[in-house]
Amino acid sequence: MIRLPLVLFFSAVLFSAGVYGVLARRNAVLVLMSIELMLNAVNVNLIAFSQALHDLTGQAFALFVIAVAAAEVGIGLAIVILIYRNRETINIDEVNLLKW
Amino acid sequence: MTSPGFAKYAWVVAALPIASAGLTLFFGKRTPGRGWIYGVLTVGAGFVLSLLVLWHFVQGGGVYASSVDWFRVGPLRFEIGQYVDGLTAVMLIVVTTVSLCVHVYSIGYMHGDQRFTWFYVVLSIFTFAMLTVVVSDNLFQLLVGWEIMGICSYLLIGHWWEEHVNSSAAIKAFITTKTGDVPFLFGIFVLVVATGTTNIHQIGELVGAGDLSRGVVSAAALLLFGGAIGKSAQFPLHVWLPDAMQGPTPVSALIHAATMVAAGVYLVGRLFEVFVHADPWVLQVVGIVGGITALGAALLGLVQDDIKRVLAYSTISQLAYMVSLMSAGPAGRNAAFFHLFTHAFFKALLFLGSGAVIHAVHSNNMSEMGGLRKPMPITFWTFVIGSAALAGIPPLAGFWSKDELLASASKGHEVVFVVLLLTALVTAFYTTRMVMLTFFGEYRGHGHPHEAPASMTGPLVALAAGTVGVGFLGASFAHAVFFKWVFFEEPEAIRFVPWVAALSTGAALLGVLVGVAVYGRARERDPMLAMGPFTTLLVRKYFMDDLYMKGIVLPVRDKVSAFVYWTNQNVLDGIVNGAARLARWFSRGVNGFDRTVVDGAVNGVAQTAGFTGGLLRYLQSGNVQRYAALLFAGVVVLAVIFTRV
Repeated sequence: MIRLPLVLFFSAVLFSAGVYGVLARRNAVLVLMSIELMLNAVNVNLIAFSQALHDLTGQAFALFVIAVAAAEVGIGLAIVILIYRNRETINIDEVNLLKW
Repeated sequence: MTSPGFAKYAWVVAALPIASAGLTLFFGKRTPGRGWIYGVLTVGAGFVLSLLVLWHFVQGGGVYASSVDWFRVGPLRFEIGQYVDGLTAVMLIVVTTVSLCVHVYSIGYMHGDQRFTWFYVVLSIFTFAMLTVVVSDNLFQLLVGWEIMGICSYLLIGHWWEEHVNSSAAIKAFITTKTGDVPFLFGIFVLVVATGTTNIHQIGELVGAGDLSRGVVSAAALLLFGGAIGKSAQFPLHVWLPDAMQGPTPVSALIHAATMVAAGVYLVGRLFEVFVHADPWVLQVVGIVGGITALGAALLGLVQDDIKRVLAYSTISQLAYMVSLMSAGPAGRNAAFFHLFTHAFFKALLFLGSGAVIHAVHSNNMSEMGGLRKPMPITFWTFVIGSAALAGIPPLAGFWSKDELLASASKGHEVVFVVLLLTALVTAFYTTRMVMLTFFGEYRGHGHPHEAPASMTGPLVALAAGTVGVGFLGASFAHAVFFKWVFFEEPEAIRFVPWVAALSTGAALLGVLVGVAVYGRARERDPMLAMGPFTTLLVRKYFMDDLYMKGIVLPVRDKVSAFVYWTNQNVLDGIVNGAARLARWFSRGVNGFDRTVVDGAVNGVAQTAGFTGGLLRYLQSGNVQRYAALLFAGVVVLAVIFTRV
């Protein structure tokens, strides 16, 4: 049985990798994937605590998060495809219309 | 006390003409004949109703009084009410009779006049006002009617205002009577303040009970008499009445002979209690004023050429008869009212007759008349009846009433008696002169005079019948029924005094005979105008018009007007301009405040917002990753804060 602090440490590393990806990457697909990383880090956390506390709520919640993540990625990829069709790029730095 | 019968409907008589005025005003011009029908019908109905009211008193009915509240001022109640006694009934008869005759007569006389309908409106309003005065049970209502009459008189004298002389006469009449109305108003104030009521009957009782001091009663009586002097054209305010003859002749008959000018006499008689309980010298003043006016005006009648002015002076003189007899106490008062009653008939008759003559020859001047008895027989005969009544020839109305007056004056008022007898002589003379100059001799005017239309001769005949008949109401052999209706406190027995009757008849006949002798044959020059300084004195009307003009009108016009003009230019305009300047100065201040402070605040807010927004917009880069970075930073900060707490 793996100890809880280790799992939490792994989860934190995973989350940090996701944050780095979201903030630093230029490729929109990679940004989406990084978001997935962050969500999965959260899932790991939820399941770890569920195991440790003998409460199934955490696992159920993780299932919901997976569903939402799937939906989010579906819409996110659709947006990325549309952006590519319109602008022939998926570089986020160039997609900056929402400003003054 | 018997049931009030028709007496309680006396107010309807007064209300009818105002309905007529409204109808004529709104529908008159669309009515065939241009609207005379309303006036004639309503006043005719009023006449019938007046007869029924009188019938109540003929049967020996009692006084009827009723009133409704109008408004209150502090402790004072103002009411609209009626006080119906025999005197009221008789006055109703007088006013409605003359008014009806004048309404009918004017159909012919005013035919084709451009303001025909308006003329009828004012006639009806006037009739309403006079009837209001007659039925009124309180001083306030009486005053209202009194003043409405003044306005109507003004409007009707100036009916043909296109000519300056007419509008001037209207203004003169209005201002002169108004001069009398001022003391009248103060007389009302004195009585109301002293007694706390406006009700005439209650005032009479309070004064009769001796609750008021004599000085107050005397002051009130004198002030009230001031109003009577103005309205009834007594010396020294008589000057307006002859000029009032500029109005249409039916107006002269209705207002300036039979009714309105009688209102002054009526007022004195109605408030006689006040006069009786004043100091004796107040009634002496009344007698003196009446005596001076009676003889003075009669003498002025001698030299007039305008037929209506002769009648005007005779009216003043006859009214003065009544006024002077008021000084002879209750008997004189009743005799005065009898004379008022008969005088209304024959004076209206004479005026309407003169109107018919004027209508025929298109001139007011007797020097352009003459010989009219052949072309105008009806006018001639009715006019002669009226003249004989005015002169006091038995058995016409004027004889009986004048006889009654003289009989009551003969008991202890010898001076008045002599003056009135002299006046009777002069009256008979100038009346004869008028008839002779108008109807006898050769025609001196232009064109061919013709008899007046039936609408004009009808009233003449009716009034002539009245002139013959009404005198017997006061004759002692007919039980003097008039004095059973009109009395002061107690009905008195009327005695026929043979020597007085003989004397007055003698004076009248003497006057007529001298008149016939002087004017029986044609003369180059009117003898009345060839008496040197005496003629000058009379023609210039005792210089009273000159005196008023130079003594009052011109100084007022030149000095007071100049002062008023100066005041207007400097004081009033100064105030107005100053106010304007102040307003401009203040507005300028407000303007500055508005522009700097208020606008400044608003603009400042906008500029601040713009400036801040300009700074903040750099945060909105459009770069999603920068937003995300800030988001994470925020989360970190929040995490730090929450974990430390």
